[in-house]
Amino acid sequence: MKFTEEHEWLRVEDDIVVVGITEHAAEQLGDIVFVELPSVGNEVTKDDEVVVIESVKAASDILAPIDGEIMEVNDVLTDEPSKVNDDPLGDGWMFKIKPSDASQMDDFMDEAAYKKFIG
Amino acid sequence: MSDLRVTPLNALHKELGAKMVPFAGYEMPVQYPMGVMKEHLHCRAEAGLFDVSHMGQVVIWPKSGNYADAAQALETLVPVDVAGLGEMRQRYAMFLNDHGGILDDLMIANMGDHIFVVVNAGCKDADIAHMQKHLSDTCKIEVLDTRALLALQGPSAVTVLSRLNGAVADMKFMDVARDVDLDGISAVMSRSGYTGEDGFEISVAADDAEALTRKLLAHDEVEPIGLGARDSLRLEAGLCLYGHDIDEGTTPIEAGLGWAIQKVRRAGGARAGGFPGADVILSQQADGPVRRRVGLRPEGRAPMREGTQLYAHAEGGDVIGHVTSGAFGPTLGGPMSMGYVATAFAGPETMIYGDVRGKRLPAKVTAMPFVPANFKR
Repeated sequence: MKFTEEHEWLRVEDDIVVVGITEHAAEQLGDIVFVELPSVGNEVTKDDEVVVIESVKAASDILAPIDGEIMEVNDVLTDEPSKVNDDPLGDGWMFKIKPSDASQMDDFMDEAAYKKFIG
Repeated sequence: MSDLRVTPLNALHKELGAKMVPFAGYEMPVQYPMGVMKEHLHCRAEAGLFDVSHMGQVVIWPKSGNYADAAQALETLVPVDVAGLGEMRQRYAMFLNDHGGILDDLMIANMGDHIFVVVNAGCKDADIAHMQKHLSDTCKIEVLDTRALLALQGPSAVTVLSRLNGAVADMKFMDVARDVDLDGISAVMSRSGYTGEDGFEISVAADDAEALTRKLLAHDEVEPIGLGARDSLRLEAGLCLYGHDIDEGTTPIEAGLGWAIQKVRRAGGARAGGFPGADVILSQQADGPVRRRVGLRPEGRAPMREGTQLYAHAEGGDVIGHVTSGAFGPTLGGPMSMGYVATAFAGPETMIYGDVRGKRLPAKVTAMPFVPANFKR
């Protein structure tokens, strides 16, 4: 699993990448009450706003960590956004993206580096 | 955060694991480890304890010793019936500017020989100056800056406080009591609050605040509640937050607070007018305001936050208003907002549209409160 400075995690499954937010991010956001997911088939560019999360505190954007095509989204979150708090690294995953440039993955942190990053 | 003021419970909040944030010049707990959603639900189910010591507590002493003289003076600043307020009774009021705009909203209580006032933290310095400027001829303004204020809110609040003093259960909604002995701690109490639940606000000496808080938290029903849940609780209850839902640019009539202006202060009343902005307010009361505060239930789950522009149609047309507070209601189980719209769109069930991130989402105008109140009248 790789981590971004935007507090996303990326897990490679064959030729696609599953993306979610980290436990640290979920905790910082507080209770999540709304998740707006991108459309499947969207071509996105790194740093595009692809997901909107609303917590009891505020709205936050989740940025595309890499270029690629959205292959699947976790529709369950539309009705059960609290899954992001309950299981951010598992059932709370957000979308699957097919990278157009796999080398963009090289820039990200491993778990040890991310832990150090969040202090 | 060194320039922030602290309440007498600051160390206890940190001991309890609160996340502290700056609020109205104070370092305050926004949430405890339980989290905003669970804190909110706990308060509605049992009892939640709030530190509201940042709010201003002020006493208006009539120099004559007669309550009626203090009441007469205060009525020049607020549009409510102060003279007719029963002894040991509390009432909602607001300070007004000359245009009828709201300088602050406050609670006033008739304590027999004085008026006890609680004002918002963010406005208290201005409020105190305002009272000193306008009331000093006949009254002495005493700022109670060595007192703390706690609120115990929720259906179990009365059960818990009755264990400390059984007489508390005899108080009715908006009753006030002084010299209440809470297990050895002397308190001034009112049966009121800011959650829509039954509950009490408890004023005690700063030195007693931590001891009383620990006593209350020792009861299984009681959990500490932060500012996050305080906001969602008051919004579900349809209560205004000063600086957001009401401010110097909104009148009590636009804000739907005309009920707070008793008949005796309205046109035709024995003491009609005589408060700042009375001409504006009384004419709005007669003719209707051009805009009104309304409740909104957005369809779907996306909250419409403060600042969201409102439209009559899904496409095109002019802005008809804006949202002043918006959040997810944990008890409501969905998003809720309040805001101002042109009067033509203020009727219940009117469908309007809010611009959320460039998309116009439908929202229905709804009577407030969003969650029914649970007061003990």
